[in-house]
Amino acid sequence: MADNFQNQKNIKESSIRNFNINFGPQHPAAHGVLRMVLELDGEVVERCDPHIGLLHRGTEKLMESRTYLQNLPYFDRLDYVAPMNQEHAWCLAIEKLLNVVITYRASLIRVLYSEIGRILNHLLNITTQAMDVGAFTPISWGFEEREKLMVFYERACGARLHAAYFRPGGVHQDLSEQLLNDIMIWSEEFPKKVNDIEDLLTENRIFKQRNVDIGIVSKEDAFEWGFSGVMVRGSGLAWDLRRSQPYECYNDFDFKIPVGKNGDCYDRYLCRVWEIKESLKIIQQSINKLFKCMGEDVLVRGKIAPPKRSEMKKSMEALIHHFKLYTEGFHVPKGEVYVSVEAPKGEFGVFLVSDGTNKPYRVKLRAPGFSHLAAIDYLCKGHQLADVSAILGSLDVVFGEIDR
Amino acid sequence: MDDSLKDLNDFLLSNYSEDIINSVIEHSHLSITIVFSSIEKITSILKNNDVCKFRTLIDITAIDYPEQDERFCLVYHYLSMQQNIRIRIKSFVKDEQIVPSITNLFPSANWFEREVFDMYGILFSNHPDMRRILTDYGFQGHPLRKDFPTTGYLELRYDQEKKKVVYEPVKLTQEYRRFDFMSPWEGEAFNFDNDDNELEKNN
Repeated sequence: MADNFQNQKNIKESSIRNFNINFGPQHPAAHGVLRMVLELDGEVVERCDPHIGLLHRGTEKLMESRTYLQNLPYFDRLDYVAPMNQEHAWCLAIEKLLNVVITYRASLIRVLYSEIGRILNHLLNITTQAMDVGAFTPISWGFEEREKLMVFYERACGARLHAAYFRPGGVHQDLSEQLLNDIMIWSEEFPKKVNDIEDLLTENRIFKQRNVDIGIVSKEDAFEWGFSGVMVRGSGLAWDLRRSQPYECYNDFDFKIPVGKNGDCYDRYLCRVWEIKESLKIIQQSINKLFKCMGEDVLVRGKIAPPKRSEMKKSMEALIHHFKLYTEGFHVPKGEVYVSVEAPKGEFGVFLVSDGTNKPYRVKLRAPGFSHLAAIDYLCKGHQLADVSAILGSLDVVFGEIDR
Repeated sequence: MDDSLKDLNDFLLSNYSEDIINSVIEHSHLSITIVFSSIEKITSILKNNDVCKFRTLIDITAIDYPEQDERFCLVYHYLSMQQNIRIRIKSFVKDEQIVPSITNLFPSANWFEREVFDMYGILFSNHPDMRRILTDYGFQGHPLRKDFPTTGYLELRYDQEKKKVVYEPVKLTQEYRRFDFMSPWEGEAFNFDNDDNELEKNN
């Protein structure tokens, strides 16, 4: 023993070079097309440099040469996990500039589908976070439910993913009674599925070992790094735009804001599970409210929405209006507006500058994931390599919105 | 909510009138235009002053007005969760003017400023890592400037013979369609005199 020690002492000290590795862009835990250059000292992460933009499509530039209505489908392609929540922000921004107030039924439908979007998102996030740390079963259970929700999307607007359902002035089409009933039935059966997933994860030893006390975000950090959504709620700040700056008709709903305590990956997971349950409450309340206002129009039939089909058969003016709306589009008064919604990932904002024509002069899309990912160097520093994927999973990044 | 915005506006106007060019409350949102040299000062006040407490930087972006002398308008959005109010700070910047970075106050400004640099070519001083962020490695130009064509300049494809991705100038098989939808009654100024002359010629 002593000899050994002596020998070691005689070994010449040599400098050890840190190891650089590429995490992604084809890594399954990179959640899409993220390339991260990690500098490792042994297994400890020293530096983490994300290279983003591999999915950059220049949405903001494209939007400047298209009309307000043509721009709407671009929002589905941002955060493609919860498409309608993005459309919502765009519609609210236009409505704010135009001073349009939508009907109550349209507002309820928007709330209903925003919450479905939230569940879609959280189901994906919880289960992929579990997969990132080694659990495969939750994702196959979660995706079955996601599929059912996408059928509801399809039945409302005809598309599973790229909905283009929320329109300036309301929503595209009314929902049938049958669809509302089916969503209601689903919402009663769904809690069992959430509990099943929770049984697998919440008290799971491996899941907890991988997530508890990993990637802790303090309240201070949450401010400094511009976090929003679950990222601030997990750290104990009760901040939810649906409550604190209510938009649409969220004021009429009874729901709770789950708040974490430690701000680690595990708390964020718990927050998301609870948010699913709260969203279910909102869904059931909104369906009950929707049954009370059957037959109300879901679009403001002014200059920003198409006339009814039956009217177009009889009225020349309606036909001209329809043609002009889908070619020239509508003009939005000059002005600047910033509108944000509580998207499942955090605050999704639209900064819209209008010059009074039929196309926006400038649109800035404020994606929550962008600020969250910007902090990954800070969050990962000093953690083990294996924790990087756990942290990344709990940040809830989707590259459609980060790269835009 | 509008009352607290008014109070904040009055506070800022009375204390820092020399830094503020104008301020408006539009669509229940306070928007303040400040002089270029006060960006750092006002940012620090917004963050640290007890009346403001704007602890969250929501967004930094720019707007391009090519016809103006001060071509770019930098736009900062802040949120105060404690007070539940938002503010928008604007400042006009000339082309090739270097803007002081606010990363020492808000670390989240790092990526936002990189994006503004990438998209508009506005440089920030004292920024820890001024690289492009969204565009391709080795990209030339700044795409969100109004004089940058939507189609871009280069396209890339995989070359079977060279066995690598090659960059080539953009070739459009069809002209990029730009429709002029301005109302003919309001938008274009028609010269009807010419029409009459042509009619006379034909006659």
